[in-house]
Amino acid sequence: MGRVLHNTIILSLYLFLLAPIIIVFIVSFSADPFLAFPPSGWSLKWYGEILRNQEFVQAFRLSLSIALWVTIIGVLVGTPAALALSRFQFTGREWLLSLFTAPLLIPSIVLGLSLLLVFLPLRLAFTLEGLVLAHLLVVLPYVIRILATSFQTLSRQFEEAALSLGATPWVAFWKVILPLITPSLIASAALAFVLSFDEVVISLFLVGPQFKTLPVAIFEYVQFRTDPQIAALSVVLILLSLLVVLIVERAIGLFQAIR
Amino acid sequence: MLRRQPWLLAILLAPAIASYTLVFVLPLLWLLRMSFNEALGAGSFRPAFTFENYLRFLTDPYYLQITVNSVTLSLWVTVFTLILTYPIALFLFRVDSSWKNLFLVVTISPLLVSAVVRTYGWIVILGDRGLVNSALLELGLINIPLRLVNNEVGVLIGLTQILMPYMALALIAGFGRLDPDLEKAAMSLGARPWVAFLRVTLPLSLPGVALGCLLTFALCISSFVTPKLLGGGRVFLVATEIYDQALQLLNWPFAASMSILLLMVFGLALVLYSRLIRRFDWE
Repeated sequence: MGRVLHNTIILSLYLFLLAPIIIVFIVSFSADPFLAFPPSGWSLKWYGEILRNQEFVQAFRLSLSIALWVTIIGVLVGTPAALALSRFQFTGREWLLSLFTAPLLIPSIVLGLSLLLVFLPLRLAFTLEGLVLAHLLVVLPYVIRILATSFQTLSRQFEEAALSLGATPWVAFWKVILPLITPSLIASAALAFVLSFDEVVISLFLVGPQFKTLPVAIFEYVQFRTDPQIAALSVVLILLSLLVVLIVERAIGLFQAIR
Repeated sequence: MLRRQPWLLAILLAPAIASYTLVFVLPLLWLLRMSFNEALGAGSFRPAFTFENYLRFLTDPYYLQITVNSVTLSLWVTVFTLILTYPIALFLFRVDSSWKNLFLVVTISPLLVSAVVRTYGWIVILGDRGLVNSALLELGLINIPLRLVNNEVGVLIGLTQILMPYMALALIAGFGRLDPDLEKAAMSLGARPWVAFLRVTLPLSLPGVALGCLLTFALCISSFVTPKLLGGGRVFLVATEIYDQALQLLNWPFAASMSILLLMVFGLALVLYSRLIRRFDWE
């Protein structure tokens, strides 16, 4: 009896936690022209509808190119920084580490506003470059943290062996260290992609009327209209995130990545 | 070997430091400076050193009201999040290890779904023709739909669910320091399961609870997407006010000063957080 009650409670709590995600899946197959539950009929028409919606297609393209740029630049900028933090001893190292993770502690709405105010005079507001730079701020703390941890847990003996056998530091990095941290590189790149692709609050400050990322387009659409089209779009986004999670899980295991 | 080459260190760090300067340090300093400027309205301002923006926020009853709204809502969300997440964390702590990873992934998986999407899900559930109202109407329990969206109730429910994974992470970290055998030891000494929980497990999990609540409160008071969408423009909070002032009224100095005040609340929470960490000898 106590066991049944316990399991029922846990099950209902999980149901609550997953409710909005489950419901979005169900409603995306609705045949109704408006949002209603339960739907009166079932169809795939809303999935076709999102492909015909030029605004969403364009926003998807923009989000995709931003996320790809952010992933590439984020890893290129983050890897050397993480290497420096974990392989060098220097004054101000601790301080720098806190600076690199500090954006995680600042509300997105404050970051968005501050970026807008600086990007306006620099003519970076409402541009692809500006959005890529802004998203870098979102992903770099994670990329640097994940990679610094993985460099730190990597024994120095590998590179010291390579160096003592006559390899230059450059060769030791490319031939020894890099192959060993590839799983973490994949994980941080995947996380960077998802974080950039899903980012909405900072983007809201930096997008223009004809120049929106997909989450911003959804945000504005939901503000004024709610129909099953957004559900279909949400399912696509959820599946995209899931794909990336599977990549991370394969690479290093999700829990090592978020720790 | 590597450690004695300062130029190499400089080269490795330069891109990151340059990026952080451009997108983090400069913007925040500029935000602080902007908060002292004189607002002229519609996106224009005059460089000045005035505390007028701060005084306006601190003296106008309307802004006092939205601050009270924000704090009250965040406190309620924190309480509900804790009540709903604690049993899950306890379950994860006790569950057989072969299932543990699967349940852990399920627990934090909502984090990887955009807040916009999850908020939309809640609109589907709580809307006038949503799951809850349809079910209640069908059962004949109500005659007219309950108002569950475009008000504080919807925002409260949505934010609670959205913040549960963060609370779970903090609680799991707290439980991680606990020896599962302690509870068994208490029971083998004659304590009933309920007593063993109240006297052993619960007190030892309190550090995780404190950290989780602080994290939830901080994330809640600065959240924007969920209050804006589920509140339907009828729930007025500090975060939504910053957005409106910045992007609708274009009053940047005022928006900046509100942001600085929000940062100060955040900073206070962080100081408390680090105090707690030291107190409980975390890490």
